[in-house]
Amino acid sequence: MANAKLLQGNEACVFGALAAGVRFFAGYPITPSTEIANIFARELPKLGGKFMQMEDEIASMGAVIGASCTGVKAITATSGPGFSLKQENIGFAAEAEIPCVIIDVMRYGPSTGLPTKSSQGDFMQARWGTHGDHAIIVIAPYTAREAYRETGRAVNMSERYRIPVIILMDEILGHLRERVEFKEEDVVTVVDRKGPAPGVPYLPFEDTDDLIPPFAGFGDGYRYHITGLIHDKTGFPTNDPETINQVMRRMNGKLDRYRDEIVKVKYVDVDDADILIIAFGSVARAAEEVVRSMKKAGKRVGLLRPVTLWPFPDKEIRKAASGKKAVIVPEMNLGQMVREVERAVAGEAPIYPLNKIDGELITPHEISDLIKEIL
Amino acid sequence: MDATHKKYLRMNKLPHIWCPGCGDGTIMGSFIRAIDRLGYDKDDVAAVSGIGCSGRITGYLDFNTLHTTHGRALAFATGVKMAKPRLKVFVFMGDGDATAIGGNHLIHSCRRNIDITAIIFNNNIYGMTGGQYSPTTPRDKYATTAPYGTTDPHFDIAKLCIGAGASYVARGTSYHAKMLTDLIVAGAEHKGFSVIEIITHCPVNFGRRNELETPVDMLLWQKDHAVRMAKAEKMTADELADRFIIGELHKADIPEYVEEYDRLIERVQRGDTGRG
Repeated sequence: MANAKLLQGNEACVFGALAAGVRFFAGYPITPSTEIANIFARELPKLGGKFMQMEDEIASMGAVIGASCTGVKAITATSGPGFSLKQENIGFAAEAEIPCVIIDVMRYGPSTGLPTKSSQGDFMQARWGTHGDHAIIVIAPYTAREAYRETGRAVNMSERYRIPVIILMDEILGHLRERVEFKEEDVVTVVDRKGPAPGVPYLPFEDTDDLIPPFAGFGDGYRYHITGLIHDKTGFPTNDPETINQVMRRMNGKLDRYRDEIVKVKYVDVDDADILIIAFGSVARAAEEVVRSMKKAGKRVGLLRPVTLWPFPDKEIRKAASGKKAVIVPEMNLGQMVREVERAVAGEAPIYPLNKIDGELITPHEISDLIKEIL
Repeated sequence: MDATHKKYLRMNKLPHIWCPGCGDGTIMGSFIRAIDRLGYDKDDVAAVSGIGCSGRITGYLDFNTLHTTHGRALAFATGVKMAKPRLKVFVFMGDGDATAIGGNHLIHSCRRNIDITAIIFNNNIYGMTGGQYSPTTPRDKYATTAPYGTTDPHFDIAKLCIGAGASYVARGTSYHAKMLTDLIVAGAEHKGFSVIEIITHCPVNFGRRNELETPVDMLLWQKDHAVRMAKAEKMTADELADRFIIGELHKADIPEYVEEYDRLIERVQRGDTGRG
């Protein structure tokens, strides 16, 4: 990739995924994620990869999992209604530990909602959209440059941990075109899932020390069973309470074990700040502007921007927020992340939500007005 | 059990969960004999199933097996086949699985003509959940959700698949076990999307409620109501009214999806966008 490019957020996701080795996409047309499918359709055949437009959102999630079962890196993209439809199969991927990445370009909802307008209403759905306890990782980029890098990282994490990863975009970021200058740190390295060790019997859901069972692709000479039923280390269904406990705790335990590798948080002027803003995605761009303008006006405002939304960066937020005069949580929904912030901060600072749900981006003015009110 | 069957079964997973008298075991036997005749290497076979009694078959078969979500087996299988075309992909579904919750995937798999063999266990009922009527339950039959009889018209699976563009469609029964093996072999050897609808029986949740008291009664019903294609051609519509035709019902030589996409890749990599 050339050093400087004019890139759209949606487009950047595609190139990040391809750089990480994605060679299969299945999807269904939906606004505002459409460009992702369009560009995969154009780019994948050039690389010998495959693009499929499926009959519906559910089928595209199923096809992605099927492709991944053969060892091919696979991805899909959607928006609110489609994300809802995909949830059952996302749960399958979580239970069967099949690597895959789902890009959700958020629109406002519920239901058909505002297809061409932005929102951050899927913050909770991304974590808890499918039923039952499950491991899942959610990443929220805030620029096209970061969309490229973080989609690459999402693919790599999914391959490494055997956990589905959600890229939570929003309509503004998805459709925004900006100049991107790629630097050394933007290079996406390729991480492959760990394969079976030679010379030992293969246990597809083995309780390994690293909690991540080795993966054998269909057709690679290991015949085994994959199911969405709760299964033992051999992959077959079990009703044995002890086994259920052990297997489900291992699967969910991966998030705790690798938490510090997964969680990424960015800080702007946080240490000296009197006021801390916590924001992600497009809203964090407005918040960055507030930090800059307030600094000029002699006011000390900082920004903590979670790049990883789930697992939620509890300890980073608590540390940064403790003792601040105020913590402001602007988000384009009626207050989803703020609940997590309240839990993480646990009374160590007063918290002010700022919610906007009209499809428009929260402006720097709206944030600075609230800050002025507080000060 | 003979060596042929043992070769393809995960013996440590037996006995199976199916009820005594169920048709699913017969179908599994026919399938195993078909694979043996086809001579496929077990490592090259992917068996994909949905949810329900039929869905459990993948647990017993010693291949690359994928037990998916309800109705979605064909969607998962499509990903498997596209990503690794050298795999021989078989999909097992029940009637509710294939034609109710998974109906969309069924018709679109037919349309795409992807080289997958779909084996549909049609026992006219949701067996695992306790006998609710399905899209293939005939009218005026009894089910736990039709205590006064069904009022819904039913699907003819084979006709549905022919209409949707499947390039090989056959119908067999769990009574005609030898013929079923032949049909599965022919379906697998056919390049394109093949559907084998199997009229089978659920003694516990269908027969008992519908005056077919024993598994034997149900098998005899299949024997008496199935008509081979050659014979059916000489029969009148009236004579065929409450019967069904078995054998190869439809075969067409049309382009296969994965091969077509591979050709597209080859063309694009040559720099030919197809726009001349």
